[in-house]
Amino acid sequence: MALTQTVDTKSDLFWKGFQSGSWQTEIDVRDFIFHNFKPYDGNESFLTGPTAATTALNNKLMSLKLKEREEGGVLDADTKVVSTITSHKPGYLDKDLEKIVGLQTDKPLKKALMPFGGIRMAQEALEAHGLKLDPEIEHIFTEYHKTHNQGVFDVYDKEMRKCRHYKIITGLPDAYGRGRLIGDFPRIALYGIDRLIEAKKEDFENIGDGEMSNDVIQLREEVSDQIRALKDIKKMAASYGYDISKPAKNTQEAIQWLYFGYLASIKQQNGAAMSIGRVDAFLDIYIERDLKNGTLTEQAAQELIDQFTMKLRMVEFIRTPEYDSLFSGNPIWATLSIGGMAMDGRHMVTKTSYRFLNTLADMGPSPEPNITLLWTDKLPKAFRRYATQVSIDSSTIQYENDELMRTQWGTDYYAIACCVSAQPVADGMQFFGARANLAKAVLYAINGGVDEIGKAQVGPAYEPITSEYIDYDEFMKKLDPMMDWLADQYVNSLNIIHYMHDKYYYESAQMALKNTHLNRTFATGISGFSVAVDSIAAIKYGHVRIVRDENGLAVDYKADHDYPKYGNNDDRADDIAVWLIKTFYKKMARHHLYRGAKLSTSVLTITSNVVYGKNTGSTPDGREQGKPFAPGANPYYGAETNGALASLLSVAKIPYKYATDGISNTFAVTPSTLGADSETRKDTLVHMIDGYMEKNGHHLNINVFKRETLIDAQQHPEKYPTLTIRVSGYCVYFADLTKEQQDDVISRTFHSRM
Amino acid sequence: MATEERSLSGQQEVYGYIHSTESFGAVDGPGIRFVVFVQGCRMRCQYCHNPDTWKTRVGTKRTATDILNEALPYRSFWGQKGGITLSGGEILLQPEFALDLFRKAKKLGIHTCLDTSGNPFTREEPFFSTFKALMDVTDLLLVDIKEIDPDKHRKLTGFTNENILDMCAYLSEIDKPVWIRHVLVPERTDNDEDLKHLDQFIRTLKNVRRVEILPYHTMGVAKYQELGIRYRLEGIEPPTAERVANAERLLHCADYPDYAG
Repeated sequence: MALTQTVDTKSDLFWKGFQSGSWQTEIDVRDFIFHNFKPYDGNESFLTGPTAATTALNNKLMSLKLKEREEGGVLDADTKVVSTITSHKPGYLDKDLEKIVGLQTDKPLKKALMPFGGIRMAQEALEAHGLKLDPEIEHIFTEYHKTHNQGVFDVYDKEMRKCRHYKIITGLPDAYGRGRLIGDFPRIALYGIDRLIEAKKEDFENIGDGEMSNDVIQLREEVSDQIRALKDIKKMAASYGYDISKPAKNTQEAIQWLYFGYLASIKQQNGAAMSIGRVDAFLDIYIERDLKNGTLTEQAAQELIDQFTMKLRMVEFIRTPEYDSLFSGNPIWATLSIGGMAMDGRHMVTKTSYRFLNTLADMGPSPEPNITLLWTDKLPKAFRRYATQVSIDSSTIQYENDELMRTQWGTDYYAIACCVSAQPVADGMQFFGARANLAKAVLYAINGGVDEIGKAQVGPAYEPITSEYIDYDEFMKKLDPMMDWLADQYVNSLNIIHYMHDKYYYESAQMALKNTHLNRTFATGISGFSVAVDSIAAIKYGHVRIVRDENGLAVDYKADHDYPKYGNNDDRADDIAVWLIKTFYKKMARHHLYRGAKLSTSVLTITSNVVYGKNTGSTPDGREQGKPFAPGANPYYGAETNGALASLLSVAKIPYKYATDGISNTFAVTPSTLGADSETRKDTLVHMIDGYMEKNGHHLNINVFKRETLIDAQQHPEKYPTLTIRVSGYCVYFADLTKEQQDDVISRTFHSRM
Repeated sequence: MATEERSLSGQQEVYGYIHSTESFGAVDGPGIRFVVFVQGCRMRCQYCHNPDTWKTRVGTKRTATDILNEALPYRSFWGQKGGITLSGGEILLQPEFALDLFRKAKKLGIHTCLDTSGNPFTREEPFFSTFKALMDVTDLLLVDIKEIDPDKHRKLTGFTNENILDMCAYLSEIDKPVWIRHVLVPERTDNDEDLKHLDQFIRTLKNVRRVEILPYHTMGVAKYQELGIRYRLEGIEPPTAERVANAERLLHCADYPDYAG
């Protein structure tokens, strides 16, 4: 039968030894993985340490990174050469030692110049680091070539600008790449570029029925751009001495081929998130074949995985200080998804899943790649225990509910794009951007659309609340239309942004490595979630009195008595949380969404919870003006009084189907709280994650350290150059956070027991 | 059937005086556990880090059913080993409440664990019958032996330890699994001779699954200030890692079946 046939070894140089399937006749990496991967049930004892070459390269990289930090974040940057797939000659960290090659520019950690998203942003980013943009480039991108940013501002209306200015909507990707696309990079390794071009040409012939409607014209132009990108990727690879027109013959080539695809993406796009996808089972198939052939050893396999991962650790973009304050520590979300289950019930943990986790031991902790375990309690116990040990040692892993995502998205070939959002790799994409500040929406409802900090009329001038005490029913009647208005502004702003991004900064490299016909999601985000929930709970149960300024504007609030708060597994508060997400989702979903996308939303904030809080006045839950929000979907600091699991259960109640873009929960615990000894600690974490996911919790960042360690690291950064922590949806060197963000992390709830 | 119904309807609800609950206990018996801290203890251990649980007849009055309803949502976190731990305060001051809670928990197949100092233990009635019934529905006990030497024990806690050691002997007689714990306080409970005696005693018991050294810490000090109680270990630092390892060696911690290392 076809399914058990082995590819003819005589006629095929590339696919020798693989199980056949429909992947041979059409582009279908998932089918290839499904028929060829080998689940591994054993433990980590087979793993090897780093080779001398890896250690030498890593030391070199670490000293460059430390130097870069000392110099304020930039060692060197292009001011003249505009980054494209083929703009730079080859660059190396150490050509003689590198098994996997390819840099963003011609030198390690040298930042690329990427003006297509916005020339002013490129200029300001350089100036912030004492560099000057070449006037010729400025001229070109002002006079001759329109940017994404220019396009968006040509269309924004007054209200949208106000929402942006008064920060009720923040982080709109209107001046840089929107990111969040995962190219199906393994395609290059499995098929070679020529075959991919052929397939795209065939697709091109079949777009539309001959009638040139806007949609057909747009897609035909895009596919032509994709074909051009594929040719450029081949050219770029050739400059490094590799011919990638044909499939990869062995593991080294498979990694190198797929990395060239990723490299092309980061040369073309400075997206907020540039994820690598899910490659553990795919690469494991090549490694297994080579090990069987005797052409590879375990040590050599680990070396390739280490050095590939090292490349992902090197990706950087130059940003403006304003951007850095939202997303601290230079994250690029080279998110790497590991594990999960296949649709037929086999787990997808392979030896290469272990090898990727082992990079943290071989090369020390690192924020990138953003390692994400696709978790279910059906993954082998040995692997779950190993993963939690890595968490205890380095706090670098996030855990996401595979059961929930696989069922929701209907495929086992999805990966995490950006921080926590699932995306089908072959045929899914998302239009993401920004967050709507729901805590501010609560204040606008009370103040009739007047911004409590800017004192300007930003939202619609509905009747404000004029009584001394807030009546719950009156408040809810006012909140509803205010949320309608915010949903309108937000969705419409994103419609403009994504239209212009497609037009002026299209991701031809990543899109070339996806199916031509895509399922699109329109991914929105929420910030100030727990503050809004607790504020509504306070108004409902706490008898909240308004404190007004001299103009009668509500600027502070006092609750007469205690009230239920989100984070304690108390339905009175948690029901408000569920209501809020559903309601805001529905208000956004009823809109026209660009290119027929389906709405999704997220409750995750990265480090922007600090900036959002800074720009938001005092709230009815008692939070003072300017104080940070809780990150993501976390309960507010100090609101949790029933312990860690109560907090987890509250967050787990937020229904994933209304927030398929992700519900981020960041959890900090001291080692001794997890148990008296190391074996118990591993088991505790395993059961904690299992239990959370059994209750349909979506995502969990786990940090294991003591508060004292962070305080010491803040005072003596030189002692902790690589202390890595997880924040909402990513990982960051603690030393790369601003003082304010460090304080925020330190002040967060640490689950500890005496 | 009829009697059961009568006894159910005729039975008065048993209330416990509760200090607080904790949804996430990983150091209170095996696995992840829901921990109920009851209010009230007669001992006045110098190093006690929960002096706020000393007073009796205060705290929140709650029924076993009420506590179980709060605990059950956390069951998905408990795995094979976890469950409910009753801790304190001193739970054996409220044995009827413990019995009611654990009976109801066992009906639901929940692992039950009792964390006690043993101080209220006596073979006299009415306590002993209740205790025996309680043991039928208790899977594991965490027993603190604060000091093996009776005089030092009195100085440290205000009470002698004869009945505590007798409880240990009884639990050994009925072969009820226990974890023995010893809080290691420099200058108070960290003396090689006493540790050796403690070891000798523990070896006479046949039901010990684990022996744990709990290093003294100073995190409870703030509570003493809040409560206006004089703190008698002022100036004593937590034991060094070497002293902890020494105690673990003398008590042969690694020799017991539940040792995890």
